[in-house]
Amino acid sequence: MKTANYLVEITMLMPELTMMFMALILLLLDLVVKKKEVLAGVGISGILVAIYGTYKLFVFTEPQSAFADMFVLDGYSNFFKLIFYFNIILTMLISLKYMSIEKASFGEYYALLLFSTTGMMIMASASDLITLYLGLELMALSTYILAGLLRKQPRSNEAALKYFFLGAFSSAFLLYGISLTYGLTGTTNLKGIAAALQTLNILESPVVFLGLIFLIAAFAFKVALAPFHMWAPDVYEGAPTSVTAFMSVGPKAAGFAVMGRVLFEAFGGMHLQWNSILIPLAIITMAVGSISALAQTNIKRMLAYSSIAHAGYMLLGVIAGTPGGLASMVNYLMIYMFMNIGAFAIVIMLRREGFQGENLDDYTGLAKSHPLASALMLIFMFSLTGIPPTAGFIGKFYVFMEAINAGYTYLAVIAVVFSVISAFFYLRVVMNMYMKDPKEEVTLTTTSSLNLALAITTVMVILIGVFPSFLLNLVRTSILG
Amino acid sequence: MENVIFNQLNYPILTYTVFLPVLGALLLLFMSNATLIRWTTLAVTAATFVISLPLLTAFNKSTYKMQFVERHEWIPSWGINYFIGIDGISILFIFLTTLLSMLCVLVSWKAIETKAKEFHIAILTMEAGMLGVFVALDFFLFYIFWEAMLIPMFLLIGVWGGPQRVYAAIKFFLYTLVGSVLMLVGIVVLYFTGGNTLDILTLSAMQYPVKLQYWLFMAFLAAFAVKVPMFPVHTWLPDAHTEAPTAGSVILAGVLIKMGAYGFLRFSIPMFPDATKFFMQPMLILSVIAIIYGALVCLAQKDLKRLIAYSSVSHMGFVTLGIFALNSQGMEGGILQMLNHGIITGALFLMVGIIYERTHTRVIADYGGFATLVPWFAGLFIILTFASIGLPGTNGFIGEFLILFGAFKAQKLYGALAATGVILGAGYMLWLYQRVFWEKANPDWTSASHAVRDLNLREVITLLPLFILIFWIGCYPETFLSYMHSSVEHLLENINKPAAAGPEDLIAQRILEIF
Repeated sequence: MKTANYLVEITMLMPELTMMFMALILLLLDLVVKKKEVLAGVGISGILVAIYGTYKLFVFTEPQSAFADMFVLDGYSNFFKLIFYFNIILTMLISLKYMSIEKASFGEYYALLLFSTTGMMIMASASDLITLYLGLELMALSTYILAGLLRKQPRSNEAALKYFFLGAFSSAFLLYGISLTYGLTGTTNLKGIAAALQTLNILESPVVFLGLIFLIAAFAFKVALAPFHMWAPDVYEGAPTSVTAFMSVGPKAAGFAVMGRVLFEAFGGMHLQWNSILIPLAIITMAVGSISALAQTNIKRMLAYSSIAHAGYMLLGVIAGTPGGLASMVNYLMIYMFMNIGAFAIVIMLRREGFQGENLDDYTGLAKSHPLASALMLIFMFSLTGIPPTAGFIGKFYVFMEAINAGYTYLAVIAVVFSVISAFFYLRVVMNMYMKDPKEEVTLTTTSSLNLALAITTVMVILIGVFPSFLLNLVRTSILG
Repeated sequence: MENVIFNQLNYPILTYTVFLPVLGALLLLFMSNATLIRWTTLAVTAATFVISLPLLTAFNKSTYKMQFVERHEWIPSWGINYFIGIDGISILFIFLTTLLSMLCVLVSWKAIETKAKEFHIAILTMEAGMLGVFVALDFFLFYIFWEAMLIPMFLLIGVWGGPQRVYAAIKFFLYTLVGSVLMLVGIVVLYFTGGNTLDILTLSAMQYPVKLQYWLFMAFLAAFAVKVPMFPVHTWLPDAHTEAPTAGSVILAGVLIKMGAYGFLRFSIPMFPDATKFFMQPMLILSVIAIIYGALVCLAQKDLKRLIAYSSVSHMGFVTLGIFALNSQGMEGGILQMLNHGIITGALFLMVGIIYERTHTRVIADYGGFATLVPWFAGLFIILTFASIGLPGTNGFIGEFLILFGAFKAQKLYGALAATGVILGAGYMLWLYQRVFWEKANPDWTSASHAVRDLNLREVITLLPLFILIFWIGCYPETFLSYMHSSVEHLLENINKPAAAGPEDLIAQRILEIF
């Protein structure tokens, strides 16, 4: 092996390093700056620098690996980083006023968001199980704290504790899976594992399969697939709403990023084996998500179950087992990010001093007093249902298309049936807003940053719905090369 | 592409027609004065109607090919194009849609007081969606319009409807969505079978394995049968039609439910000819059941709008009977009857809406003696009654006659059974007329305080075009039939080509046993 040129390799880490550096700066700035808006502003400008870095690194047409193949830079990881950047920026935009209403306006909040996102970025770029674990823990630990940020609220504490315990449990699963795989193949490198499985001819080995099951269970926990979803509704409800928005997209996307990479790169030869687990998981997930959501009265819990159901649809892309399937999955994540954060932005608008605004009943008659906000919520709800001409339809269409192309027509049929069931609870929000008379006057908390976030998400949801080409081209050049 | 005629006019007429209402809806976003909104919407719908008229005059009736075609790249990575055009089957529905949308604005002038802006935006987006469905020549585009329409219709029923509106809106939405998503799976299967294209013309020109045809036919049937609605998935219709505001009922009855039948003509029959022949019998049986069952249920209705809604089930049974008779008379009759039903039932719902504005009751028993109270109204209503029954001289006669003719040619029994539906139709319509307009007047309406006004000028103007059409088609149907001759002929040639594959396989046998 030739001497590694560390300077070049460090350059590839530039976006992650920028984010990390920014997080540390924010921690220090917090000591002197009293206005939290400044921190958010500095944070966002730091992220913009990181985005510039990722943009510059897009020049590599071939995947580049660094640090003895621990870290990889390719279209796949770059696309995921794009999702993470959007996710954190939108979260910061919707947080400003909200966190002060919740009396949790800590400077650490922004630093933790950055740390967590850095973890996700490392996960997306991990080409070794060790780096993967590192990124995952960085992400998870920061998210636990974020979930418990409302120290004075019992349900926030409960959320953090639950998330932490179950998260620790899933980390243990992950380590079991890693150690079993390492024991059998002698390497933690994803490509190395694939090669070892071939040369040692242990693709059929039950122990390898056991290791794989452990790995899948850990990933399933992170992306909230049933039956590993139990934490999601409680954590989503208890965590500050802005953190819920962040969590419902970020860790889920990161989980899918590593799931896709590990399954495709390391266990690509065991497609049938992992599908024998993933197919039942997908069906149960879609069923649990769509059916449980019907019974919710709290919109955050409802969106939690909805995010579980969406994870089931995304999983179809992984199950397809083709590069196209992977592309459809990341495309879905990007779209899901816009529509979900958009919906949470409206939920946050209803929160004001002394009023939670989390019950579905709080939306009753909203269209009368706040026609614009209701219209936006209507767009997000129809997009989450997957009705054209919104982005949600494009996401679903692509996933179903790839599933059918790979021969899983029956799964697509099951998925569309559950998406009809899920239509009911999304429609209920619309129904409450438009078809009932208001009981009490609801005032909305609006800030310019929240409006900006809403504008971005709405425009993207409609733009992708009507002219999906730009996103599809980006996805295809990133994933399919 | 030799099977299409690119736009013979020197401007993109179809794009203008479809997207002018969208433009209008965007314009409305910036208005707040209700009167201004009404006038703007009326102007936009009238303009849409006017710019769609050159289609009728410039249409080349001698060819089955798609005309006024426009084609642009849209989503190249999926091979999807913005591809629109019309032929003899769709042209009349463009005309019907633009006409009825305009009348809907007129009839809602006084009826819609709350959220007028949202209402008119919904009407305009609805119009664009309906037009889009009829012009789309790419499956993806078609599906976008097909589904996007659900949103404004859901709101129209749910926000401005009657007492049970929320239930009716949800029922309508979920029923339609179930059918549509199954069709979506079918569309994606077609995409891969047809070589990564969603071009409807290319897909229609291909031959598919018989087994696949059966599955796809059923997937598409799920969407179209719900929309038509065919027995036994018709149950959303009475609720939706009854609870919807007048404009909503008119659009539903006039255009929306025609899309199911249009779907059969545009997709199921040309793409799956073997499956069509295979499913011909069950489809005819379901049509006959719908005709007779719908008519019988009408006899038992106490609610004015509900009665007309069920009569739609019966009349749409005639349409599907004609289409699946698979001969030129039946099919042309079916298409014409779709137009007729849009005109007659559209007008019926308009008139019921007009009288409801005065009485605020839909219960038939509350009426009585209205012939003396509102003589003009009664006079016009009897014409509609006769048209609905199918009296010679009105358009209903031409349509039903052609359909029955076709049905007798295909299967004598079904023809005979369907003919009883005509008799039952006369029964419930005349009985309705008797109960509402004759008999003893309800004293509530004769007292000075509740005096019921007769039609005013706006209402007469709203109804007039439909009455002209009733007699025009009734006396000289060739004006309208001439548009569809070549297209229908080409469609039938397609079906009667020799079957694609050999012996029936097991699955086919199974399906046969189920029916």
